[in-house]
Amino acid sequence: MKMVLISPAKASFFGIPARLLWWIIPLAGTGIFFYFLYRRSIPLRKASADPRTDRLLTRAGAALRYALAQYRQPRYPFAGLLHILLFAGFVILSARSVNLVFLGIVEGFTLPGLSGPLGTVYAGIKDMAATVVLVTCLIAMVRRGLFKPKRYEVPPRYGKSHTAEAMGVLLMISTLMLADAFFEGSQAAFQVQNNMEARVLLPFSLKAMAAALLGQSPPSALQTVHWLSYLIHEVVFFFFLCFLPLGKHFHVVTSFFNVFFMKLDKGTVKPVRWDVSREALDDLESFGVKKLEDFTWKHMLDFYSCADCGRCSDNCPAHAAGRPLSPRFISIKCRDALFERYPLFGTGAGEEKALVGDVLEADELWSCTTCGACEEECPLLIEYIDKIVDLRRALVDEGRVPLSLQKPLGALEKRGNPYGKMERKRAQWAQDLEYVRVLGKKGSADTLYFVDSITSYDDRIQEIARAAARVLQGAGVDFGILGPAERDSGHEVRRFGEEMLFLELKDKNTEAILRSGAKRIVTADPHTFNALRHDYEGIPEVAHLSQVLDEKIAAGALRLKGVHDPKAVYTYHDPCYLGRHNGIYDAPRRVLDAIPGLNRVEMERAKDRSFCCGGGGLMLFYEPVEETRMGKIRVEMARKAGATVIVTACPFCMVNIEDAIKTSGLEGKMQAVDLVELVCRQMDPEPMPRKGPPAGIHAKDAHGK
Amino acid sequence: MEILVCVKRVPDTSENEITVNKDGTDIEREDLVYSVNEWDNYAVEEAIRLRDKVGGSVTVVSLGPEDAEEVVRREMAMGADKGIHLMDAAFEASDGYGIATALKAEILKGSYDLVLTGAQADDGAGQVGGMLAAMLQWPFAALVNKVEVADDGTLKVGREIAGGNQEFSEIRLPCVLSIQTGINEPRYVGIRGIRKVASVEIPVHGAADLGLSLEAVGAAAARVKRLDYFLPELGEGAEILEGTEEEIIDKLIELLKSKGGIK
Repeated sequence: MKMVLISPAKASFFGIPARLLWWIIPLAGTGIFFYFLYRRSIPLRKASADPRTDRLLTRAGAALRYALAQYRQPRYPFAGLLHILLFAGFVILSARSVNLVFLGIVEGFTLPGLSGPLGTVYAGIKDMAATVVLVTCLIAMVRRGLFKPKRYEVPPRYGKSHTAEAMGVLLMISTLMLADAFFEGSQAAFQVQNNMEARVLLPFSLKAMAAALLGQSPPSALQTVHWLSYLIHEVVFFFFLCFLPLGKHFHVVTSFFNVFFMKLDKGTVKPVRWDVSREALDDLESFGVKKLEDFTWKHMLDFYSCADCGRCSDNCPAHAAGRPLSPRFISIKCRDALFERYPLFGTGAGEEKALVGDVLEADELWSCTTCGACEEECPLLIEYIDKIVDLRRALVDEGRVPLSLQKPLGALEKRGNPYGKMERKRAQWAQDLEYVRVLGKKGSADTLYFVDSITSYDDRIQEIARAAARVLQGAGVDFGILGPAERDSGHEVRRFGEEMLFLELKDKNTEAILRSGAKRIVTADPHTFNALRHDYEGIPEVAHLSQVLDEKIAAGALRLKGVHDPKAVYTYHDPCYLGRHNGIYDAPRRVLDAIPGLNRVEMERAKDRSFCCGGGGLMLFYEPVEETRMGKIRVEMARKAGATVIVTACPFCMVNIEDAIKTSGLEGKMQAVDLVELVCRQMDPEPMPRKGPPAGIHAKDAHGK
Repeated sequence: MEILVCVKRVPDTSENEITVNKDGTDIEREDLVYSVNEWDNYAVEEAIRLRDKVGGSVTVVSLGPEDAEEVVRREMAMGADKGIHLMDAAFEASDGYGIATALKAEILKGSYDLVLTGAQADDGAGQVGGMLAAMLQWPFAALVNKVEVADDGTLKVGREIAGGNQEFSEIRLPCVLSIQTGINEPRYVGIRGIRKVASVEIPVHGAADLGLSLEAVGAAAARVKRLDYFLPELGEGAEILEGTEEEIIDKLIELLKSKGGIK
């Protein structure tokens, strides 16, 4: 006869078969869990439309990459490692947990496929996994409780600390691991006592340790431990399951879907309403997100999925500068508001909260430069820019626009630029560059140089326009500009929520671009580049000047002479709308490295972790509440990297960084230069002088005359 | 409370380069863009806020040629309930007195409790509000930067006086107030807002509708005549600093120090 402890399935207490309990707990647990899921789904079904079922293969790939392979976790190496271990343990042990639940109902139950040798292998793996998970939980608890990483802090204005919830969950997971270890360990100890061969015991596994600990206990105690640990496992397992939809651990359930339905098109901004055509926009009663239900279902799913890891805010430049914005709390506050309005039981609070005012603050929303650092970092692919733009659309619709932004918006409406300068002066920067032609009625060119407002009108930035023109001319590009017919690209107009004004600007530009007859568009402004590339339709292909320079250097059409200041240390600052939003990191670096003798270093935060300089377009007009300037933080990063020259490829970065160099007292020690200006300086032969011969004559012929 | 706000369409000083024309009779008007006079915008915002607090309606009136309708519409997009456009060839070349005469006639056609004007206009002389009150024989408070409604048919109005101090006065309705900028934060009017009121009918009233004789308004009635526009000549002691930005700043600091402006 086999000597074993009486299994939970056979147990009975006071004459009542325990199996009854092993039926009730799982049924009640799953019942409550699915009821909670149903309740949580209610707002999603009332939300705005958001089509996310296209490109299914890409989506499946994304789910594999970001959900299963935890692709973004190692961006934070230690926390990432802990999460990957916990997640792997979760995947491995879910089969074991299901098996355990059925073990109470069916004596000796094993999941199909896990009865033979495969089962033995699995048993070993899951014993290891359980041990690893417990150790990971302990490390995580110490980390969270003793070392307290700064990014988990909850500033007082955002409520109470979230540490208790995190600790509670770690404790529950640890309990599950221990319960199973004692459940099997008591059995093993009993078998050893009876000189039977216990099932494979991995040394140092939790199970082995539990067995060793229980080694000398009397059989009755072993039996109690066996049943009790089973009971504890059942209760904690189903409590944990029902606990998931109550807070940040909902991500355990939602994150796969959140990643699967992720936004696939970077750099774009969602339309006002996915289900309303542009023509019908005028008939809409209301614009933007004014109440919770105005969010799209995916954006609500984002709120549910936030794991509160704080990586978004840790990377947010606005947060770093002390502006009243923390992307993490946009998710947390909106999630809590959703939970309150759509509770698990009963009906929600009668009085509806004002989304901007009671839940979020207007300053919070205007503080965002839409740099995308948060979205780049989020392991769960939560979107912030589209939500912030939608919330701003609502503020614009209600007239709640800061005065500092009203002037430039008014000027954009009347003059097509935020400075209120005359249209006919738009091409004035080129008045002494005779080869810069205005395209349109009079003539056409192969390439259109789209200059945009700041580069057309700002005294300092006009230098970039002149450098661009000279470099294009020197590289033999047949180009022209739109001149007075050009309007602001509207990139920030759209991202600041004034959609209708953006559409007007876009229409005027589209018409002028098509009239120019150009086959290709180039621009030196990443914001313009992004707008033309993602916000406009039906216009020729757009390239950023750094790509054109890269191309021309590779083809030998543009030669660069040795660096004129060999002692200088250069660093390249990735503009958000060139790098993160459009993935162009290498072209500008190749251009820099093509300058013989140039010494280039990388800042700690480079490429997709680049730190926004302070924002462009309308952001230059906004007067934020802040402790320091983003630009100053960025300049400090360059200084730390040992750089003396910051090279950028965006007019707004130039404004912000030059400003920050001055306010940081680094004038004379640090310089900022645009990539185009630098190339212009390094051209060999030198570009045409300002007063050059008319277009058509090559720079080489003019040189030295 | 029935509130009427008088608004004016003016060349937008922040979005234009204002130059005097060759014969000095006017500024160069080609290429100009126009907007609502800034002070008037604050007045309309204040009226809307008062209405939202105590009920009633806000009417916006503007006197001027055809284009003036545009600013009436914009203020309606902001939230004013009604608009009136005073237009007549007879109004042309009116001085402040003539404009106030026409406005008074319009006001007496309605039953307003409160009339607001901007403290002044970008291209004006800051006289219409005061004249209007005198013609109506209503109390008048100028440069108002705070309005509180009391229950007894009076208002408490504030005004900033020297040294940043605040002065409070009580004024009986109906009355005229000229509104100072900074009294509130006027709301933004987007393209959508303007389109929403694009087809709203705005009544046009001429001299005859207001019961005004042609001698009461226009050039004939003007008591003040504009003579000339010119850039003042550089006088004694005036100096334009030249150089780069840094040089100018250095020179300025030096000058201020030597003249005792800063220590």
